[in-house]
Amino acid sequence: MRESRWWILSLSAAALMVVLLTLHMGLMHLSGLMKVLGVDPGDVRSFAAVMERGRSLAQMVFYLLFLGAALYHGLYGLRSVLLEVTPPRGQGVLSGLVLAAGLLAFAYGAYVTVRTFTG
Amino acid sequence: MAERAHGAVETGIVTVTVRVSRFHPETDRSSGQQDYLVPAGPGMTVLDALVYIKEHLDGSLAYRSSCRMGICGSCGMFISGLPRLACQTQIRALGPVVTVEPLPNYPVVRDVVPDLEPMVTHHTAVRPFIVRGGEEQEYPTAEYLQTPVELDAYLQFAYCIKCGICLSACPTLATDPAFAGPQALAQVYRYSADSRDDGRRARLGAVDIAHGIWRCHLAGACTEACPKGVDPALAIQLLKRLIVADVLGIGRRRGPAPVAPPDMQAQRRPDIPAAPPATVPGGSGAQKNQP
Repeated sequence: MRESRWWILSLSAAALMVVLLTLHMGLMHLSGLMKVLGVDPGDVRSFAAVMERGRSLAQMVFYLLFLGAALYHGLYGLRSVLLEVTPPRGQGVLSGLVLAAGLLAFAYGAYVTVRTFTG
Repeated sequence: MAERAHGAVETGIVTVTVRVSRFHPETDRSSGQQDYLVPAGPGMTVLDALVYIKEHLDGSLAYRSSCRMGICGSCGMFISGLPRLACQTQIRALGPVVTVEPLPNYPVVRDVVPDLEPMVTHHTAVRPFIVRGGEEQEYPTAEYLQTPVELDAYLQFAYCIKCGICLSACPTLATDPAFAGPQALAQVYRYSADSRDDGRRARLGAVDIAHGIWRCHLAGACTEACPKGVDPALAIQLLKRLIVADVLGIGRRRGPAPVAPPDMQAQRRPDIPAAPPATVPGGSGAQKNQP
């Protein structure tokens, strides 16, 4: 695949992260600001609220998307840095290692999210 | 009085220490430095100083130069911490001690002569010429039509003299020798933006690779260093836009400019003498146009 497609994907992941991170920060960490804006997310960090959110399909999809976008964007950047110090003959191995690391991390993150959803 | 003193400085001779990097591939393992005292008059360039050293002080000094007027791009050197053309750099503006080293990011042939092979390799790989389909490539029939607006789309990038200074300033190339480099990437845009060209797809594919255009950090050092005022960093950004539009299938793409039709109605004015006969039989249009 042409390098530009990976690059466009990385930019798209960044744009998606802006949306998802805004929602995450607004709901989880900036409840005071949200109240000023007329939205009261409630006590989102209590045990009951966390467990209830974990069983929500929308939340599961949200976090899987967030996980995938953040992992792809971060690991593509890491690969770009490492490519600069890797000779062309080693770039296939490097890309493979980064892909494997990404898949492993996504599998672990997805397992936790899905496991929480299914109880 | 002040004017007279100023005039004395302008016309006087000052002694400048020129600290030149010396390296002989057959006898040296690493490069060293050698100082030369050069009498520098007003208007003297670093290249003039090197010529003076070679003619009067040390005939073994090796440097590369040709036109002495900033056109050929032969005398690119690392002068007092910046890559520049020696023929365009006033030596008295650099202080009493001037260092002259070979361009960074290139192998050294000898003394301050860099091996420009990496740049040439990348440059030739991107097909830096007008590409036309069919027989027109090998047997062009006539000039291609192009408007001034179409010319402006690439004109500044056509001023590149292939001196290699932009590559020596590039921070990406310092760590990634396989990177295509600003010169080749700017030339990809120069020819891809040319309305007469029909080779964009292959050219874009040549730099849309792991060590291609996407490794540019946009430091802009290439643009800062270019002695001809070309803006390779801008070309790279414009090229990214071209590639993304090509991949996503957006944007308009017209076919290559048509061949100019022969002007069958043209006639020689009576006060203009007729062209001489062609030296190659049947090879000139001049005779056909003669009344």
